[in-house]
Amino acid sequence: MKALIVGCGRVGSALAKRLQKAEWEVVALDESEEALGRLGEDWPGEFHVGHALDIRVLEDAGIAVADALIASTDGDNTNIVVAQVAKLRYEVPHVAARILDPARAQFYSGRGFDVVSPTGTAIEALTDSALGSEKA
Amino acid sequence: MFLLVVGGGKVGVSVTRTLLGLNHEVALIEQERNRFERLEEEFEHRAVYGDGTELFVLERAGITRPPDIVVAVTGDDEDNIIICQLAREKYGVEKVIARVNDPRNEPHFDLLNISPTVSATNMVLALIEHEVPQHELVHLLELRKENLEIVEVEIKRGSSAEGKRVEELRLPESTRLISVMREGKAEIAVGSTELRAGDQVLAILEPGRETELKKVLLDERARV
Repeated sequence: MKALIVGCGRVGSALAKRLQKAEWEVVALDESEEALGRLGEDWPGEFHVGHALDIRVLEDAGIAVADALIASTDGDNTNIVVAQVAKLRYEVPHVAARILDPARAQFYSGRGFDVVSPTGTAIEALTDSALGSEKA
Repeated sequence: MFLLVVGGGKVGVSVTRTLLGLNHEVALIEQERNRFERLEEEFEHRAVYGDGTELFVLERAGITRPPDIVVAVTGDDEDNIIICQLAREKYGVEKVIARVNDPRNEPHFDLLNISPTVSATNMVLALIEHEVPQHELVHLLELRKENLEIVEVEIKRGSSAEGKRVEELRLPESTRLISVMREGKAEIAVGSTELRAGDQVLAILEPGRETELKKVLLDERARV
């Protein structure tokens, strides 16, 4: 499986390493060269520097042949646009986007790509945790 | 009309000012605190503070009414795309206008059907095209949705079209001449309109037919 990870911050880099361990072919993309540091010195996969919305950068990174694309930059809107471009223009089979804002996460779910909302997850977990104390 | 402008930079502010001057109702969203405070001094309650890609900010600015037009003119293309998608698809806004900051992002707007778009770079380039004589064919207007464009061509002396009537031209498919401008006066092009050197001809055509049109209007007459 080939994965393109757009946005190699804390989430993206950890995900890249995990997929790589699962023997996926992983290409990581970030707008900053320093993001390579998060992948570690022995990163065996590809690493590209460039803006997430730049078609040429995405194509160089192999968006057209990727089996999966994960949009995990620190910008919700960038992730939403990249995910839609991957799905609609390149027909990447599996696309997922990290969307922090629960409202936008809800609005963009059900459009053919997975929406992962860490904020939403945190809200649920914390609510469960707080309400759980009531029963105790 | 009620218009919602998102992005209080130079473009957003000028648009807001002009629209207010025309007695329209306008709300202007700006997310940068200092800039917002300056806007509030000028536009008072019409200035709304916050990130215009956040639903609650858009709602505070009145998007649920909905506005007649939403104008997305922030400095971030991805933000402008999201604002337009939310406006149209979530709130039923019928008309959106988006600014494209980096022309390389234009395909994304097209892909997501966000139109019309305005790009300062492309406009400057179009003007340069208009001024530089070697561009024989000048793009004046693109009607993306209709998949048509309007171009201007100047008929040259010695070209095959010179002296011909419009009905004699073998125009490419999906191409029509609109008007002929001669000595500062424009006339609608009809079959019997005769083309002369120096005429400025407006044509409407499907994008991609430019080369064929140039061939018909600009190619030098075959010498016998």
